[in-house]
Amino acid sequence: MSFSRNLGKLLSWQVNNEFSRYTYSYSSNFTHEAYGGRHTVTLLPGDGVGPELIGHVKEVIRFSGAPIDFETINLDADHGDEDYLSHAMLAIKRNGVALKAPIETKQGSKSKNVELRTKLDLFANIIHIKSIPGIATRHHDIDIHIIRENTEGEYSNLEHESVPGVVENLKIITAEKSTRIAKFAFDYAVKHNRRKVTAIHKANIMKLGDGLFLECCTNMSKLYPAIEFEGMIVDNCSMQMVSKPQQFDVMVMPNLYGNIIGNLGAGLIGGPGIVSGMNLGDQFAIFETGTRNSGRSIQGKNIANPAAMLLASSQMLDHLGLKDHGKLIRESVKKVISEEKIHTPDLGGQATTLQVVQAIVKDIKEKTQQWYTHFNH
Amino acid sequence: MAARVLLNSVQRLIVGKAFVTRNFSSETRTVTLIPGDGIGPEISESVKTIFAAAQAPIAWEPVDVTPVKGPDGLFAIPQKAIDSVHKNKIGLKGPLATPIGKGHRSLNLALRKEFNLYANVRPCKSIEGYKTPYDDVDIVTIRENTEGEYSGIEHVIVQGVVQSIKLITKEASIRVAEFAFDYAKSNQRSTVTAVHKANIMRMSDGLFLRCCRHVAEKNTDIKFNEIYLDTVCLNMVQDPTQFDVLVMPNLYGDILSDLCAGLIGGLGVTPSGNIGADGAAIFESVHGTAPDIAGEDKANPTALLLSAIMMLRHMGFGDYACRIEKACFDTIREGNVLTGDLGGKSTCSEFTNEICRKVEAT
Repeated sequence: MSFSRNLGKLLSWQVNNEFSRYTYSYSSNFTHEAYGGRHTVTLLPGDGVGPELIGHVKEVIRFSGAPIDFETINLDADHGDEDYLSHAMLAIKRNGVALKAPIETKQGSKSKNVELRTKLDLFANIIHIKSIPGIATRHHDIDIHIIRENTEGEYSNLEHESVPGVVENLKIITAEKSTRIAKFAFDYAVKHNRRKVTAIHKANIMKLGDGLFLECCTNMSKLYPAIEFEGMIVDNCSMQMVSKPQQFDVMVMPNLYGNIIGNLGAGLIGGPGIVSGMNLGDQFAIFETGTRNSGRSIQGKNIANPAAMLLASSQMLDHLGLKDHGKLIRESVKKVISEEKIHTPDLGGQATTLQVVQAIVKDIKEKTQQWYTHFNH
Repeated sequence: MAARVLLNSVQRLIVGKAFVTRNFSSETRTVTLIPGDGIGPEISESVKTIFAAAQAPIAWEPVDVTPVKGPDGLFAIPQKAIDSVHKNKIGLKGPLATPIGKGHRSLNLALRKEFNLYANVRPCKSIEGYKTPYDDVDIVTIRENTEGEYSGIEHVIVQGVVQSIKLITKEASIRVAEFAFDYAKSNQRSTVTAVHKANIMRMSDGLFLRCCRHVAEKNTDIKFNEIYLDTVCLNMVQDPTQFDVLVMPNLYGDILSDLCAGLIGGLGVTPSGNIGADGAAIFESVHGTAPDIAGEDKANPTALLLSAIMMLRHMGFGDYACRIEKACFDTIREGNVLTGDLGGKSTCSEFTNEICRKVEAT
């Protein structure tokens, strides 16, 4: 029996290795063992409203009863030199999973958010834009998954001033990373039963750069004949997003366009307070809000919307395999927003952050009570 | 008229050299007209008819920009067309089809390079009578048109690795910022907003921002603020009223101007102007050539008409512009005679005649 198991391992190793340059299988590489039955998660409170929101998340997770321990790393605009960054990265590597709020960038220094993403090779950023009942919006029935290449493109941070007054910024597109994100997008579409993948590009102007990206996506689409594939130019896409967003299903695109279309999509369904996002790599994952706003202007005023961070934490719990707890938190958030309509000012309401969190906790308590009564009988 | 001649000669005597005043008020100006392809000729005719009904002091000089093969084998714009625009300085262009094939460069790009059209202006205002989810849009996007991400400088470094260069220069940034503030002043706009991503692209967008700030300091009567690109996108679709004039580099301008066009109803109703150095300007409709309805009298001339109205304002014929614009908006608002894409059943000629009727009535 051990012979056949070893043979199986050998064969799968070979298969994995041969295609491992360009393949990414979403869950097979990911093994996070719960140590003593409990997972440890790195928390990066960041700047702006991050610390308050992460605090609320800790409380809600505690009430949900999920077996999670937290390791908080204070990497922010003031504590941001190399040592802090490597310390934070080590913690994320050790725990495998992190929940993060945006870290502000001081003038003249590199963006820590970008550095974390590139150094940990979190190549896919996924935002799910779905119309939420109970929020007044101009468009309805939107259900778009935006998959954004997270590590290269315009965010390569390679700039120089050739002569005073003339600056060049290099946008790098590689076949390897474009193929990787394309495969990820198609696998994601298959996994979630989606019918269409749209690649967003500007290959009519940037013929070599975005042309390469589009070519990689087109080549990958041939391996998935059941999924419809189309390319769309980014300016046409933004026009379509504000007139007929229902036509989009899964969208895959390079870094900057992902930023634009992601924010557009978030605005269409109600704003930055209700959209969560995840950054996935082969080995690590960081969960955060979808539009990465630090919210400095509303810091300390108790009016930030906690939904985005709470939905991110529920995605994190799903990712760790704690699907019941993830579903619990997600459904409570949706109930408070859609049915009870307890809205913070960004959604047009008058509630404070604390009121929203308390309503969510109350709902969680009621539901977990039923769990315990179920177990005790 | 006699007084002006006297004034001219007096000025010449005083200044001591030929001093040509730009007579904006009553002389007929010649404008180069590029009808374009597909529905281009029909909508150009519509515009000419409406201008004739309004008795606007414009003489049209139609030219053909179909590329001709030059001695080097490459297709290029005919010299006659280039000379015409150089002479008249102002042009009105319909939609052009870029032929597919070797040796053809994009015609729009060629025009842009030839006349150094450095700023693209798109005023997007919600049209009453053409319903979109957004009713209260009144935004002007000013986009730097010559450099930025569309510099066209790309290389394959090694197989599978491509580098595209985004170029930002102080000269071009200051030029477009100055234009933005001048436009805001002459069109009674209160705020100019610079859109950037200087948190990520620190040097390039940082340079653009510094240039905008520098120009803002010289124009203290116009409010100036800066905003990140993603924040603009987020807020624009939730509440477009917070924005007034936006100035930005090439790529962001391309996306945001199309976004704003989408808010008011698409490219079929959006005007566009390209401003060049030495006072040259080409106004155009940015929609496609629609070959499927070409020649069937179904086209909607609104985009080209609104661009022509922009042109009139640029040339100083504000009152003619207002009359024609009012007639156009009234026609669309009343909704009796609308072309197919606006939701009606009328033909292009009927739509044109209705606007002419309204213009003649004022």
